[in-house]
Amino acid sequence: MPKDGSVVRLDGEGKPLWLVLELTYRCPLKCPWCSNPVDFDRCNGNELDTDEWKRVLREGRELGALQLGFTGGEPMLRDDLEELVAEATRLGYYTNLITSGVGLNEGRLVALKNAGLKQIQLSLQSSDRALTDSLIGATAFDLKIKVARMIKSYGFPMVLNVPVFRQNADQTAEILALAEDIGVDYLEFANIQYYNWAMINREELLPTRAQLERAEAAVKAARERLGDRMTIYFVIPDYFEGKPKACMNGWGSIHLTIAPDGAALPCQEARLMTDLAFPTVREHDLAWLWNESPTFRKFRGLDWMREPCSSCSEKETDFGGCRCQAYLLTGDACNTDPACGKSPHHGLVTDAVARAADPARTLKPLVMRTERAARELEREAEHG
Amino acid sequence: MTEIKQNHPAATDRYGVNPMYLFRWEDTQNAYVLLYPEGIVKLNQTAGEIIKRCDGEHTVADMVIELQQSFPGDDERVADGVYRFLEVFRAKGWIRRQA
Repeated sequence: MPKDGSVVRLDGEGKPLWLVLELTYRCPLKCPWCSNPVDFDRCNGNELDTDEWKRVLREGRELGALQLGFTGGEPMLRDDLEELVAEATRLGYYTNLITSGVGLNEGRLVALKNAGLKQIQLSLQSSDRALTDSLIGATAFDLKIKVARMIKSYGFPMVLNVPVFRQNADQTAEILALAEDIGVDYLEFANIQYYNWAMINREELLPTRAQLERAEAAVKAARERLGDRMTIYFVIPDYFEGKPKACMNGWGSIHLTIAPDGAALPCQEARLMTDLAFPTVREHDLAWLWNESPTFRKFRGLDWMREPCSSCSEKETDFGGCRCQAYLLTGDACNTDPACGKSPHHGLVTDAVARAADPARTLKPLVMRTERAARELEREAEHG
Repeated sequence: MTEIKQNHPAATDRYGVNPMYLFRWEDTQNAYVLLYPEGIVKLNQTAGEIIKRCDGEHTVADMVIELQQSFPGDDERVADGVYRFLEVFRAKGWIRRQA
């Protein structure tokens, strides 16, 4: 999954250089910051089959896609993953697997290597066993560490992806030491972004500015110590910056995500905009979806902007921030991203940051990503 | 002093592309590209021609001779360019000196 700050800024000349396949929304974990839709269960029984995914791969290469991410849910739950990786390799993609590690045993790792898989992104939530297992709602810490070492022993470049939130932000130094011991090539501290499940749990997950400053200091010290041995990404999240992220390098600019049911999305969160239609690869070919679909054209370029974006000197740098965040927080995707200090809605973000630092606030239990919680949330939404 | 010297390419050195990177011709870009975890680099012609020869076989001296033949005119400029580019690519982590 492309992340804020880790994507090289480049002009795709209108090509979807980054293709992300969400093979399934099914997952053995219950992470309460999951970026999948809250109603993830709607794709159950409706996932694209092997031949449909292969057609997406072929059409993606014809459109100029180069980087390919296999993600989910948990992509290891797809029995045809090795077959899809082999096809992607044959077509010339740089193939990335984004996994929790659950289901990645040695036999499948060897098969993936033989299929030409280039890189693995493994998630790790904490350096502490009990905290990890309670945050993800599964017993998986020991397995993740074992899988991380196995990935390195087979010579894969590995990104260790650590989602950052209040519960683990103060473990940054310990996580850095663990990553160094494993021999990780890239360590990414991915400050979680507040959509879908993470938005439901925002009050509980949002770290304080002081926590982030301590984490950043630990990263700086590690960079000085480790030099070229490990590349460490750490980006202060948009809520704390007063500046919006250049989300997806602009809508419909270089990123194309295909959801488990074949819906073409400009980013993995876009489906939260319930007033937009997201046609699928079952109805159209990829060229039409990318070039012609009204959804992809809606916010492509700068013409959709209104004030304060339209006269802003930064508009070609940050593209007005994130359309999904504008929609989620203000109800209108054409508004400036409230993460921007110039947004009239910026108070929505600064209020949340201020509440995170209030020692007297009540922390509720995290709402874990389960089908039961999804159904309850849907019922609540229906009854207002 | 010694350390700086070690980082400079020598005529007998051989280089290989960092195994983390995928280097290949890409028709849709009409260029050589380097693909790596979370990144894409589109190479200009000079960079592409040099990295193509980072195959563990060519020595730097071989590279210079071949490129002087391909781009005749100013041999000294071509040679300087090869050494300078190799140093930059190595610093970026794209290529590694072979043992």
